[in-house]
Amino acid sequence: MRIPLSWLRDFAPIEVPTDELTSVLNELGLIVDGVERIGEGLGDVVVARVTDIRPISGADRIRHVTVDAGGDPVEVVCGAWNFEVGDVVPLAPVGTVLPNGMEIARRKMRGAVSNGMLCSPAELHLAEDAGGLMLLPGDLAPGTPLPDALGLEADVVYELDITPNRPDAMSVAGVARDVAAALRVPFSIPELPLDEEGPAAATLATVQVEDHDLCPLFVARVMTDVKVGESPKWMAGRLALAGMRPINSVVDASNYVMLELGQPNHPYDLDRLPGGGLRVRAARPGEKVRTLDGVERSVGHGGGRDCLICDAEDTPVGLAGIMGGESSEIGPGTTRVLLEVAYFTPMAVARTSKRLGLRSEASARFERGCDPDVVELAAARVCALVAGSGARVVPGVVADGSPPPRARISLRTERVNKLLGVRLSPEAVTGYLEPIGFAVEAAGRPGASDAPGTLEVRVPGWRPDVTAEIDLVEEVARHHGYSKIERTVPTTSQVGALTAFQRERRLLRDVMVGAGLVEVWTPSLIGPGDHELAGLPGTDVELANPMSREESVLRRSMLPGLLRALRFNVGHRNRGLRFFEVGRVFAAPAVAGVPDERERLSVAVLDDGDATSAVRFWKTVAEALRLADPGLEASEWPGLHPTRTARARAGAVEVGTVGEVDPAVVSAFDLDGRVGWMELDLDALAEAPRRSTSVVPVTVYPTSDIDLAFVVPDSVPAAAVEATLRGAAGPLLESVRLFDVYRDPALVGEGRRSLAFRLRFGALDRTLTDPEVAEVRARCVAAVESTHGASLRG
Amino acid sequence: MSEDLAGLERDGLARLASAASVEELDRVSAEVAGKRSTLASLGRSLGALEPEQRRARGAELQAVRARLEAAAAERRTALEGEERRRALDADRMDLTEVPGESERGHLHLLTQTRDELEDVFVGMGYRVAEGPEAETDWYNFEALNMPPAHPARGMWDTLYLEVGEQESTLLRTHTSPVQIRVMESQPPPIYIVAPGRVYRRDTPDARHLATFHQIEGLVVDRGITFGDLAGTIETFTGAYFGPDIHSRLRPSYFPFTEPSAEFEVTCAICRGGGCRTCTGTGWVELGGCGMVHPNVLSSVGIDPEEWSGFAFGFGIDRCAQVRHEIPDMRVFLDNDVRVLTQF
Repeated sequence: MRIPLSWLRDFAPIEVPTDELTSVLNELGLIVDGVERIGEGLGDVVVARVTDIRPISGADRIRHVTVDAGGDPVEVVCGAWNFEVGDVVPLAPVGTVLPNGMEIARRKMRGAVSNGMLCSPAELHLAEDAGGLMLLPGDLAPGTPLPDALGLEADVVYELDITPNRPDAMSVAGVARDVAAALRVPFSIPELPLDEEGPAAATLATVQVEDHDLCPLFVARVMTDVKVGESPKWMAGRLALAGMRPINSVVDASNYVMLELGQPNHPYDLDRLPGGGLRVRAARPGEKVRTLDGVERSVGHGGGRDCLICDAEDTPVGLAGIMGGESSEIGPGTTRVLLEVAYFTPMAVARTSKRLGLRSEASARFERGCDPDVVELAAARVCALVAGSGARVVPGVVADGSPPPRARISLRTERVNKLLGVRLSPEAVTGYLEPIGFAVEAAGRPGASDAPGTLEVRVPGWRPDVTAEIDLVEEVARHHGYSKIERTVPTTSQVGALTAFQRERRLLRDVMVGAGLVEVWTPSLIGPGDHELAGLPGTDVELANPMSREESVLRRSMLPGLLRALRFNVGHRNRGLRFFEVGRVFAAPAVAGVPDERERLSVAVLDDGDATSAVRFWKTVAEALRLADPGLEASEWPGLHPTRTARARAGAVEVGTVGEVDPAVVSAFDLDGRVGWMELDLDALAEAPRRSTSVVPVTVYPTSDIDLAFVVPDSVPAAAVEATLRGAAGPLLESVRLFDVYRDPALVGEGRRSLAFRLRFGALDRTLTDPEVAEVRARCVAAVESTHGASLRG
Repeated sequence: MSEDLAGLERDGLARLASAASVEELDRVSAEVAGKRSTLASLGRSLGALEPEQRRARGAELQAVRARLEAAAAERRTALEGEERRRALDADRMDLTEVPGESERGHLHLLTQTRDELEDVFVGMGYRVAEGPEAETDWYNFEALNMPPAHPARGMWDTLYLEVGEQESTLLRTHTSPVQIRVMESQPPPIYIVAPGRVYRRDTPDARHLATFHQIEGLVVDRGITFGDLAGTIETFTGAYFGPDIHSRLRPSYFPFTEPSAEFEVTCAICRGGGCRTCTGTGWVELGGCGMVHPNVLSSVGIDPEEWSGFAFGFGIDRCAQVRHEIPDMRVFLDNDVRVLTQF
């Protein structure tokens, strides 16, 4: 909402400096997005006609320009190129101080003297355009001060960001009311005298509302002898400052009152309305309206009821509260105008506007809620303005319906104090509410509640957002000032802490960082083919309204995102491409409801990226989380290398996959080499069994090491041999470690390899004797040989 | 002293002094003062002397031996020092020629930021709550005092899922649904923060990504006031950004809080003096907050007459951007290690 200061002053004597008013607006929650100072410092700028342009030797960006500025020719140096001899432009003579504070002095550039500056719109703060000189109408007389030539008055435009709960602030008067209350100055809407003459309006037009739930109040006025032309300069000027393009005297008056009082309204060419009147009703399915923007729109579909304005013969002529129709548009030949000013039900306008995807200045106001009590005033005001351009307003209104009653709310002063942390008296609360239009009756007055400090508050029509006590508490807080409320900090006996799951997730991340991995955050939204490209067939969870195809499905795995991140970095010849990510993946819901959501740790390693590194990461995780009985079992998994992948488990709980990415997938993502991969499910990890946290004693007696190398078929996992060794060794085994793997067909045979284990034995209460150790050793050898078809290497 | 002893000592000292290595010194020491040395044999022959002579001669021998041994020890120290120097010289290493870089990885800046924010609130007695990113309309809107077709829904550009009935499931547009989930699952008092990923149907620009991260705070207890909200925001601001960064609240609107406010913090670039980043105001907007709306409390069965509370939410990404002076957030879309490893 663009609010010119001069317009605000129609309603209240606001005399504070520009910056202070900015603060006042902000503190009221009418957030100032920008401040434009119009015409400030332009008093010395004059209209000039270009009479000559000459190059300056040795300079290719500036030229020597002669202009006629009313007196003697003026020589200036200019760096703009968008003008020719004969054009009319603004000249800031020597001594001018421009709005941006720049003072124009006589300057010498490349030997040429410049006696002023030709200006761009941006330099004059008249528009954003800084691309070249401002080109003025050719008929302006050289030497005329620019403000006079353009009819500019110094003004300040505040660009406000109005929140949806402030329909009243969608108008100049509403903003003025709030500001006046904050500044403790009087507010009033000036009277505009209206002369009525001719036959009564009711004899010239009819109005009938069929569906009062959609349109509780509809008021029409009639004007005759209308001459559609240009609006007066002051009105066109204000509309332009407020960001609205002037169109013609009737439409402009309509828009002017909408901006001023926040009441949208619509003028019809009465002679183009068959039957000479209007009917307001719900649309029937499949009805069509051609709106002012030339689009034919189909209404009456879906659950909600669209409210239509029809002519007296029941043909739709507009979408109520959103946009008028083409057929009855005001044109140059219009002489009789039927003015519609109504109160439409906010939800009805919102529904229709949303369904049609059609928003307008009017719908924005109606859906937030207009003031039903301002309808008649607004109607009179539009008529008075149109009459000012030469039209006759016929007496009276044609109306159907009545404004909804105003809400009454009890407000407990104690509640205000308790919620805000302040100590206000009922009088102080009243003092904040009354200036913004809330009528307050204290307890004890007729009709008021008996509880002390309870106020009965009547809500003004322009604050439909205020429906409950809490809304009044906010109004009191706003006008008391948020910054004046003393700051305190609540105390709690609760001990702040992360959950075990959250602590463990941090631990996982830290462990991955310690292992040399870099954390990435890849997108949750990916393209529809990305899963297939990564070898992950399945059902995608799709977005109903994606921004783009590339971000239209929820990821089921982080594999595509991580491969893409690797690819990006390879493309930039970056090194150290060892990535991990902790994030959510999604699967289509099994029955109904929201997608199934899991949190995972995924690792993708390109540098040293074979399964070996992935296994090391897994072992690191297993150790960090103290997983009990962690293990890997060869397995196939979509997207992963069919012969280099294992499922990771702790005890009987499967927690994820470890290995390499399928070479076909690696090339599909335009990568070379092996990509090590690990993916662990955080919820599964949380449920996985853990090693006891009790300390295991170590012996103080010397221990004995035994090395055993077995030749084992490739089909037997090393983990199986180790498990057999553990089982056979019994309680004297302190540790077992695979320390060498050796493949050589000549020495150990085809399809076999040698696995060398170091076993350490000991007892808590003594040193083991040689015969004891020999006996355990023999047991271990026998077990492995018999279980796995292995043979001990000599 | 007798001539023979003096000669013996001179000769011994000279030989010790010329020993060129510890090994040679050991050999020479044995020859001049060891058990088979001339000196030792002279000692053994003392018994043949008269008691008086024996004493005098014995003392002389003892003195010569002591001087020779002292000279040997001194020479040993010198030789050992030389040998150590030689060994160390041979062991010399240029530590700056070691190839390779740090083997430590990096947490993502946004993780570091999230962890730090969590820690600030945990220090203030809060717990950390989490909720799903794919949500129902109920949690994202309706329970937050936004019934269907509520105009305020337009404040969030929502991505809906093709799941179930039309517009019944969506990607959460804010972390506020976690407020509802927490209040449903536990009675007051409640002191929590809820960090997480959120989604908007939006085109990314320098300051906003369409997928980003928020942290939500919720306090519900007896006697919680707007002053508590303002004080909590101020405490957090100082704890996270530093003691010279302050906060201010200005009226705003959210359907699920009332009174509502947006909060701003002192611009970290200009420290409040006014610069381009803060468009000259000295303040940058960080998030929204307010007193929990009575309708929201009622919708989860908490009596708004007995309990009151406040909620706040702001961007984790935005905090990182402000603190690390990141000109364009889109730099994080590529996961370029040259960026990631800076933090």
